Amino acid sequence: MYPRPFRYHRAKSYPEAILLLSELGEEAKFLAGGQSLIPLMKLRLSAPRHLVDLNFIPETSYIHCNGELRIGAMTRHAEIAASVEATRIPILHDCSAGIADPQVRHMGTIGGSIAEADPTGDWAPVLLATGATVETLGPAGERSIDIGEFILDAYTTALQPAELITEVVVPLPAERSGGAYIALKRCAPVYASASIAVQLTLHDDHTCRDACVYLGVLGLTAMRVTAAEELLRNKPITADSIEKVCAAVKDIAEPTSDMRGSAEYKRQAAGALAKLAVETAAKRARGEYVEATHLYA
Amino acid sequence: MPEDISRVRISVKVNGKQYTREVEPRMLLVQFIREELSLTGTHIGCDTSYCGACTVLVNGKSVKSCTLFAFQADGGEVLTVEGLAKDGQLHPVQQAFSDCHGFQCGYCTPGFLMSTVQLLEEHPHPTEWDIRKGIAGNTCRCTGYQNIFRAIRAAAAGEGADIGH
Repeated sequence: MYPRPFRYHRAKSYPEAILLLSELGEEAKFLAGGQSLIPLMKLRLSAPRHLVDLNFIPETSYIHCNGELRIGAMTRHAEIAASVEATRIPILHDCSAGIADPQVRHMGTIGGSIAEADPTGDWAPVLLATGATVETLGPAGERSIDIGEFILDAYTTALQPAELITEVVVPLPAERSGGAYIALKRCAPVYASASIAVQLTLHDDHTCRDACVYLGVLGLTAMRVTAAEELLRNKPITADSIEKVCAAVKDIAEPTSDMRGSAEYKRQAAGALAKLAVETAAKRARGEYVEATHLYA
Repeated sequence: MPEDISRVRISVKVNGKQYTREVEPRMLLVQFIREELSLTGTHIGCDTSYCGACTVLVNGKSVKSCTLFAFQADGGEVLTVEGLAKDGQLHPVQQAFSDCHGFQCGYCTPGFLMSTVQLLEEHPHPTEWDIRKGIAGNTCRCTGYQNIFRAIRAAAAGEGADIGH
């Protein structure tokens, strides 16, 4: 399948890319890894007249750790999965190592993924749970935008015309913190049926100090489950409290029935994922090594 | 003269040989490989980034060549299934797929071979889980995967072929 013909512009720097897009207007799009945009263009659901290619701009793919983790927007998911620095925050590894399949992870970028703001995307719940910031550059200059204010709706972000993401900044979690991101999928290359990100900080081995819980896929954007956070915060983590967290997650989910499963199936799945994610996050916060990843069913 | 942006000049090394072509920007890497270079070992299966039949390595990393524009490989090195055998000798991964009958109709095989080469590069001694993750982006509608798993295990163990290839 061929996309509609378009004209090609290879940017040598972000300022040049922004200038090009400003001049070309609404018929132009940035191309990052292309793992969502190219399939959409092949199906002609997207048909830009111009592509401004960001792939050849030097020094846009990196992971630096200096008090916080700074990830270049063009960093591929596989590079994040392989990074020793990023793996120090296990929830980032859960996400980056589980997105789609190896081929897609080699091309897809963190910046492209969050700029698309697909409700089924993996990064949004994880970056929300870790309190990340999105650094942008546009015709009006640089901005730092809290991820919670960056993703506005399904496929809608705070990016202005010709503005692009340059970096994603993830603060290093406090001592005795642990997180987990788990998505349920039918198989690797398809969209997830449900996903959840949990980040916990403990007082001691059994008592939670702080909690962040975000449900993915089952709403127009990732949904904060404040009821679940309140059930965990400043309380012992027990089998009973985890059951209540699962109920709170199931309560907030807004699933719809489709080829990925019935609404009820997805609601039950969200509850099961919540249990697994809270247990995994708590173990990691206690210093245990636990692997977690996308689940296939 | 302003640059003609309705064409893009790309230079790509494919299986060790340098090619320079002017192509339409919308040309996908798989079309470049098959139609411009006549290397038809790389197959188009689903054409929607699902099945992995079109998997090739670009700069040593597996990608779905139906979901890459040809210009994204500009200046890079591509390895396709035609580049695996050397001096008339099958690559150990090809030999293992042959020995273990890791295919049936064979349509998906080039993609599985390339994903397996990538997998064994990262995990020379893969666990069952590594194998599952490594070929998760490839679909086979004939075999039920059992012989593909056997072939990958055999290739990793260096059975029946010269693994030092």
